[in-house]
Amino acid sequence: MRGKAWKFGDHVDTDVIIPARYLVTADPETLGAHCMEDGDPDFAKKISQGDIIIGGENFGCGSSREHAPIAIKGAGISCVIAKSFARIFFRNSINVGLPIFVCPEAAEKISQGDEVTADMEVGVISDETTGESWTVPAFPEYLRGIIAAGGLVPFVASRAGR
Amino acid sequence: MKRTLASQIIASHSTDPVKEGAICRVSVDFAFVNDITAPPAIDAMAAMGRSRVFDRKRCAIIPDHFTPNKDIASAEQAKKSRIFASEQKMLYWEVGRAGIEHAMLPEKGYILPGDIVLGADSHTCTGGAMGAFSTGMGSTDLAGAWATGETWLMVPPTVRIDFRGSISRHITGKDLILAVLREISVQGARYMALEFGGDALASMSMDHRFTVANMAVEAGGKAGLFVPDETTLAYAEARASRPFTARYPDEGCEYAKRVEIDVEKLTPLVAAPHSPDNVRPASTFGDTEIQQVFIGSCTNGRLEDMAAAASVLEGKKVHPSVRCIVIPASYEVYNACLEKGYIRTFTEAGAAVCTPTCGPCLGGHMGILAEGERCVSTSNRNFVGRMGHPKSEVYLASPVTAAWSAVKGHIADPAQEEA
Repeated sequence: MRGKAWKFGDHVDTDVIIPARYLVTADPETLGAHCMEDGDPDFAKKISQGDIIIGGENFGCGSSREHAPIAIKGAGISCVIAKSFARIFFRNSINVGLPIFVCPEAAEKISQGDEVTADMEVGVISDETTGESWTVPAFPEYLRGIIAAGGLVPFVASRAGR
Repeated sequence: MKRTLASQIIASHSTDPVKEGAICRVSVDFAFVNDITAPPAIDAMAAMGRSRVFDRKRCAIIPDHFTPNKDIASAEQAKKSRIFASEQKMLYWEVGRAGIEHAMLPEKGYILPGDIVLGADSHTCTGGAMGAFSTGMGSTDLAGAWATGETWLMVPPTVRIDFRGSISRHITGKDLILAVLREISVQGARYMALEFGGDALASMSMDHRFTVANMAVEAGGKAGLFVPDETTLAYAEARASRPFTARYPDEGCEYAKRVEIDVEKLTPLVAAPHSPDNVRPASTFGDTEIQQVFIGSCTNGRLEDMAAAASVLEGKKVHPSVRCIVIPASYEVYNACLEKGYIRTFTEAGAAVCTPTCGPCLGGHMGILAEGERCVSTSNRNFVGRMGHPKSEVYLASPVTAAWSAVKGHIADPAQEEA
């Protein structure tokens, strides 16, 4: 994954990621068009395919709406790197296949507009603009199984009958 | 091994070694969604290749967010939910019978002490007032639970909160949880469970406890569990839809953190925009003018909340420049309000009383704020744009504070008004 960094502060909540007024659909493209709208009305128009969101502490706090990671994915964001994530958002991201990285150092040091690469397999985040890179710890085995299957849907489907 | 209440409940639902930080497979006692989270869950379950929910008496759909439906798109979501519920013969309540999920489910005895409960709504933690491990998840997780009757949980560390003293007239469950948020912040319990106890529980009704547990997620909490006592068991036994086993924390178990809240020293509190932990005494807001007051939601739409609001509004009028919206959270509450005369009190005071819905709390419908407007709300979130325009403001307060604010036209302190 490679893209330009879009930097946000602490406690980015799900109402900012996708306001409730758009929750009359779960379509990724429609939701993506309104991603981050109440924080930055032009966000979805400004980003390019593959760009990366850099969050602070507690990214995705608030509602359980799965529409939040779906909106981020739908907008064309390839992954989110943050100092920490809110719990439900963390689960939802895994379930809908939005790659997320907990890396306080990277989230601190990467600047707005930097070119960033993230490799989930190897567990490395690099700031190509500054040349710095960081390793990220692997997910627990059970979660790696869900991610490896491609999300919770194929994971459960593959266990049908068991 | 000495266990916290959260760990105790997980251990009773898993065959995995249950220790803090471990990921365990657990069986699920009850799993529900609402009209926003149902459609993606229904699609996910089909994609999982499963045609039946694991137990139709333990799986529910409650249409409460955009209901009565506000537009064609929300009507289509409700229709999809209704058709699926009917095919599955699972638990479903139609508009006119459905209340707000977190108020109605414990009321009808579906969330019980010792349970593991999953809801595709972040305020599922409300069920923790029952002494249950009740936690919010997304639609896909819920679909997995519907399909298999199981889910995975990381065994959380626990923050123990002890309330000391006894609750007075001006202080409600809302003030207590705002005091907790002021103390530990919006991420003070991130990935953790909150466990509530202390001698103040003796004077805390179930309604107060539901309000406190409801906002555990505002501290980042995975669950907010009240240690069951006689009050819990009396409430549960009178309503239980099935047998249950209450669980208790072990004496001397380890907590990640302990916090004591002296209830008797508290004054009425308000959370100012745009974070639930931006908490200050109600007395410090001066003459902050408001345009709307909302009394209701899964946080404060219960009978005692209505009684508190009615006791303030009785014989008074809502300030001419304020719109006051009152919404009982369920039909049990609504009908009790009718019998006790609260509905007449509200309408005679000039408040709008609406049918149970989550609408205004999330800026869904019935009470959207325009640019620059301020609302005192008994709900749980005051994020940017939560109740409408991104440049509107939400102040979180108890029903007593909200009702006094409606009368005065500005953020009011009940302790001063009633001094």
